[in-house]
Amino acid sequence: MKIRSQVGMVLNLDKCIGCHTCSITCKNVWTSREGMEYAWFNNVETKPGIGYPKEWENQDKWKGGWVRNKDGSINPRIGGKFRVLANIFANPDLPSIDDYYEPFDFDYQHLHTAPLGQHQPVARPRSVLTGKRMEKIEWGPNWEEILGTEFAKRRKDKNFDKIQADIYGEYENTFMMYLPRLCEHCLNPTCAAACPSGAIYKREEDGIVLIDQEKCRGWRMCISGCPYKKIYYNWKSGKSEKCIFCYPRIEAGMPTVCSETCVGRIRYLGVLLYDADRIAEVASTPNEQDLYQKQLDIFLDPSDPAVIKQALADGVPMSVIESAQKSPVYKLAVDWKLALPLHPEYRTLPMVWYVPPLSPIQNAATAGTVGMNGVIPDVDSLRIPLRYLANLLTAGDERPVKLALKRLLAMRAYKRAEQVEGVQDLQVLKDVGLSVAQVEDMYRYLAIANYEDRFVIPSAHREEAMSDAFAERSGCGFSFGSGCSGSSDTNMFGAKKANQRDILKTVQLWED
Amino acid sequence: MSKVDLLLFGVYPYIALAICLLGSWARFDLSQYSWRAGSSQLMNRNPAEQRYMRIASNLFHVGVLFVLAGHFVGLLTPASVYHYAISTENKQLLAMVSGGFFGVLCLIGLLMLLKRRLTDPRVRASSSTSDILILVVLLVQLLLGLATIFASAEHMDGSVMVMLGNWAQSVVLLQPIQAATAIAPVGLVYKLHVFLGLTLFVLFPFTRLVHIVSAPVWYLGRRYQIVRQKG
Repeated sequence: MKIRSQVGMVLNLDKCIGCHTCSITCKNVWTSREGMEYAWFNNVETKPGIGYPKEWENQDKWKGGWVRNKDGSINPRIGGKFRVLANIFANPDLPSIDDYYEPFDFDYQHLHTAPLGQHQPVARPRSVLTGKRMEKIEWGPNWEEILGTEFAKRRKDKNFDKIQADIYGEYENTFMMYLPRLCEHCLNPTCAAACPSGAIYKREEDGIVLIDQEKCRGWRMCISGCPYKKIYYNWKSGKSEKCIFCYPRIEAGMPTVCSETCVGRIRYLGVLLYDADRIAEVASTPNEQDLYQKQLDIFLDPSDPAVIKQALADGVPMSVIESAQKSPVYKLAVDWKLALPLHPEYRTLPMVWYVPPLSPIQNAATAGTVGMNGVIPDVDSLRIPLRYLANLLTAGDERPVKLALKRLLAMRAYKRAEQVEGVQDLQVLKDVGLSVAQVEDMYRYLAIANYEDRFVIPSAHREEAMSDAFAERSGCGFSFGSGCSGSSDTNMFGAKKANQRDILKTVQLWED
Repeated sequence: MSKVDLLLFGVYPYIALAICLLGSWARFDLSQYSWRAGSSQLMNRNPAEQRYMRIASNLFHVGVLFVLAGHFVGLLTPASVYHYAISTENKQLLAMVSGGFFGVLCLIGLLMLLKRRLTDPRVRASSSTSDILILVVLLVQLLLGLATIFASAEHMDGSVMVMLGNWAQSVVLLQPIQAATAIAPVGLVYKLHVFLGLTLFVLFPFTRLVHIVSAPVWYLGRRYQIVRQKG
């Protein structure tokens, strides 16, 4: 066993109002640059819909994620190593920028400079790629907002598989939900596996997946490899970029920008301990529908003394273990089984999980009654088809989705009985296998959702990350540029490094 | 051997190689962020343009790789070694046929890529001067190289090929006088081709050509996942 820690995220879709604050704050901080205007490290999609980039979930088309071979091994769907290299001159599985959208700006200055005329001046769009006039904007970052575009187009949503989808195009049967998306910081990332340069890596201490911008050579295979299409090619720098999970903030114990600014308080950040030795075995699980449970199985109980002992032995600091014991992500995903992974069938073992949304009761008006299961409405009568959520979150297995929804409903029924009728309804909890303590905790985390409960992030142990503390304290705070950073230890012009002492060593061995 | 020959084919090779090496080292050390292939494939609008790009880029790259490999092996293998396998006359014929074949592949791809780079408004807008310049220089060099095939057809005895081989081998063996002497008798089209070839070494560190040395062949041997420890 080799225990590693990761800061994971859970999004409670039941409370997402689709306000896009996460996307905007993320964009303002990280991607409002030429070459990256089209890129949204975080975006919010209205589902059902084909999403951003178009049809990202259709792996028959984009070939993202992993495939399991007959011999039980797995390799990226874009192909083994030879095929990846053979396609390096022109990647056949690369989306076009139009699959995202052609980025645009507007001639705002015209509003100031337009001569006096009969009509109010307008700011017309201009392509950021060419600088030329765009007569018509054909697609945008959130083109399907609140079921925009006709159903025939949204019908291509891959999550409609094995669903009689056409009835959901009818007005009275229609349904929608929001899906905020960011990099999943997978345990088994295909982007990293597909990178010919080896520039993409996972950080051991917090699991954040990053692209080394110095080492990236722009071969573009990661973009195809990632099934969530969350790696973006910066057309100006010629390098790929991705969500960095706001690692400078995470290291300081602060939540990511998207989580911090979420007005619905739907995001949770917390540490999970997992067994890194089992990643390959779990990712190559034969049955896709078992991947969810198998991934749950490699998460370790941070309160188990044996786990703590092994974690310490593997170099996980005690502060990280203590955070893991208070982790809201562990509670939501493992304890209560409310949070589910996004498309586990991609075999990447994603680490951003989702609590499925409840939805209005379907056909209540026409039927006159609502399908009830005791005091809980029947989850099958919810407006969003279970099957749709299952295709999104559990590779099509409806049981975990059903359990999560029933537990959410049971929590509401229990609290309603308690608050309104003044009785303790233990039967409703028994039906869904929850204890009173658990449901009170669920209520605290989901309904109250205090800042301190949502974000339990240990600050990084910089003192362990630095081989030489002198470098941080005295070396580069007052930088002369060269000698503080850089990829190699030797400088071709012989400049000495400012971040190390050459004559009198920082650490003295007085016996000398 | 004239003074111009000595300068261009005895001295210039060393200047060009020195600039190539030092320039690449400096760029790698000080500005590795700029070290990339510089693909513009993302700009393609539709499947037709993706297909065009696939054909063009593969033709160009496959062609140029074989041509480069042919030059390397052809110029630097001493006659005493290749005579075990092939006669001088046949080696010239082989060079003309294989170089011609892959040269034409490369030419088709290059022309397609150049047309795309100059006429596609998106690609044009995001191109740097060096992106366009390097394609033009490669085109001229390729046309010169293909022209030498016709020049070589005039003398099928392999004599010019031997002179060029002697030049290259003398350069590598640090014998600039012998190198310049060896190449002096060859025709103008060969000399222009060699001169521009050396100039490509000069341009190498300052253009996207640097991605050649990053060819990620070691990908074949590495594990899929990379985990970095703090430190």
